[in-house]
Amino acid sequence: MAQVVTTETTPQSRSMFGRIPAAYWLFGAFLLVLPSFASNFVMYQIFGWSFILGMIALSLMFLAGYGGMFSLAQMTVAGLAGYVVAICGTSAITDISQNWPWYVNIPAALLIAAIFATVVGWLAVRTEGIYTIMITLAVASAFFYFTRQNYVLFNGFSGFNGVFPPQLFGVDWRHPVAFYYLSLFWAAFWYFAVLYVSRSPMGLALQGIRDNPRRMSALGFDVTAHRVAAYTFAAFPAAIGGILLTWQSAQISPGTAGVGPVIDILVIAVIGGLRHPVGPFVGAFVYVILKSFSIDILVALGLGGERFQLLIGLGFLVIVFWSPDGLLGLWAKLRDLHRRDPLIGRLVRRL
Amino acid sequence: MRSGVQVSGRLSAAGASNALELRGVTKRFGALLALNDVSMTLRPGERRAVLGSNGAGKTTLFNCITGDFLPTAGEIRLYGEDITVFPPQERIRRGLRRTYQISLLFAGLSVLDNIYLACRGVLRRRFSMLRPGRNEPALLSAVDLVELAHLQEVRDSLVSHLSYGQQRQLEIAMALAGAPRLLLLDEPAAGLSPNERQALVEILQNLPEHIGYIIIEHDMDVALRVAEFVTMMHNGRVFKEGNPRELENDAEVQALYLGEVDG
Ligand SMILES: Nc1ncnc2c1ncn2[C@@H]1O[C@H](COP(=O)(O)OP(=O)(O)OP(=O)(O)O)[C@@H](O)[C@H]1O
Ligand SMILES: [Mg+2]
Repeated sequence: MAQVVTTETTPQSRSMFGRIPAAYWLFGAFLLVLPSFASNFVMYQIFGWSFILGMIALSLMFLAGYGGMFSLAQMTVAGLAGYVVAICGTSAITDISQNWPWYVNIPAALLIAAIFATVVGWLAVRTEGIYTIMITLAVASAFFYFTRQNYVLFNGFSGFNGVFPPQLFGVDWRHPVAFYYLSLFWAAFWYFAVLYVSRSPMGLALQGIRDNPRRMSALGFDVTAHRVAAYTFAAFPAAIGGILLTWQSAQISPGTAGVGPVIDILVIAVIGGLRHPVGPFVGAFVYVILKSFSIDILVALGLGGERFQLLIGLGFLVIVFWSPDGLLGLWAKLRDLHRRDPLIGRLVRRL
Repeated sequence: MRSGVQVSGRLSAAGASNALELRGVTKRFGALLALNDVSMTLRPGERRAVLGSNGAGKTTLFNCITGDFLPTAGEIRLYGEDITVFPPQERIRRGLRRTYQISLLFAGLSVLDNIYLACRGVLRRRFSMLRPGRNEPALLSAVDLVELAHLQEVRDSLVSHLSYGQQRQLEIAMALAGAPRLLLLDEPAAGLSPNERQALVEILQNLPEHIGYIIIEHDMDVALRVAEFVTMMHNGRVFKEGNPRELENDAEVQALYLGEVDG
């Protein structure tokens, strides 16, 4: 594996700004002014959706990248939060939806999603590797079948439509510009939150557990409790992603958190890279671009539009094969290619 | 600090409880008796070497004391408290520390982070999501330990890039985090260069008096310089105990040792 000497920030060098390269500021500014020139489709469908999927994949990245726990239930946590907003709030299914105001139904969604994730975590942390994947996948499919068959609460197969965001501050949050900023805000919020937490005692402990759980308990840490707490924390970006996803399409149904989307989140996180919180967003952007345009391209080439999944699958294969660290790893490799030693003019091998 | 008990060293051992007491500790792996009725007592601050051929059960003994394994039978007391079935972290919080025969470090984290985690493990707010401030006690003591282990130059490097000797030094630094009272050192000198060995011996000799340890060591020279009492293990049993001089000249011990060296 290509080991890259990441001069990881130690707990000591913690000045957040100052060390940030200009390119990052430029990219941030670009995202902020994007609505002044981008079409509604680009804002709402491409970027809005990327931010949302990125947030849900970020919750997986937090668990897998820092904690070594591959949970396939993160999309389910997102879906559950979306369902709670639809059930407690307002939707076209007036028989079920409770019409509670946003300041009740959104906290309720976050709380229920967090409790659910904690229980899933509590079940899953007793297992390792493939068994974690199996247990969380079982939870995800159980949720899918349950919501599809339960009509009293989840309205079965058709789920809920007409789930709109509240008209807070007199803004129509489904307007492309407003929705763009809303999803950008939360994506940035969780991106920085995860980055920040990664250097806190909790985040470092999680990385220690990833590298060596046995040593962690020999240092006085309660490994199980830390792992469960990680699931609880990771529920929040997933839940907010789930709520935004529900508002974006104005509907939630069993398919939202079906096995397909559950796997997609894993693919997004792995394609992007699990080493840094930016990975899931990169992965989500690539996924959304492929999903939005590959059908046109495939059809233009005379191929079936449904081959889209094949394209994603192939991309996944290529990435996993050539760069286990995802696109982030690929980027690091490319950067290395251009970093030649000024003296000998040869490629500098980083350790 | 959690360990409020001040143990004032070897002199006051008379009335105080023992640092460690093993009674009839037995560990079975299937048909194999890795530990067979081991009893042992350590005074606070006592420094002891455990010798024994490969497979004698030395590491298994450590694993039972730290709670990595539960013993099949027997009782383990740490400063008078029965810890036989405590989870590892509870024992660590009571002042027990260990190093591993094969380094168990956090390869994806820097040297300072490794030591910082060791310092945090015995403090409160282990779940804190706030980054440590520049003057957080755990961070300050981590920086001190980096110096104690002579690791300043590699402080911010990932552990996976350290040399073998540096990894061993890091192991020791991590075991000294917090307020240790009893260290279990599993072959800390194995694979070290003569210079590194000397540095290790000095670190051990300079430890505060109240910190006791058990050191597993194949190198007699090192063992005799850092220990005041020696326990010899063989086939899961305590084979012989005594002060270093006695054991060095003991015919049976010599036979066992030479036999092993030859074999
Ligand atoms: N987890 C385990 N499962 C099964 N058998 C084990 C386990 N750990 C140790 N053993 C066995 O117990 C016996 C004692 O092993 P132990 O590691 O304690 O020896 P040791 O005295 O530390 O030897 P060395 O000098 O080689 O480190 C060996 O026969 C070993 O194979
Ligand atoms: Mg051993």
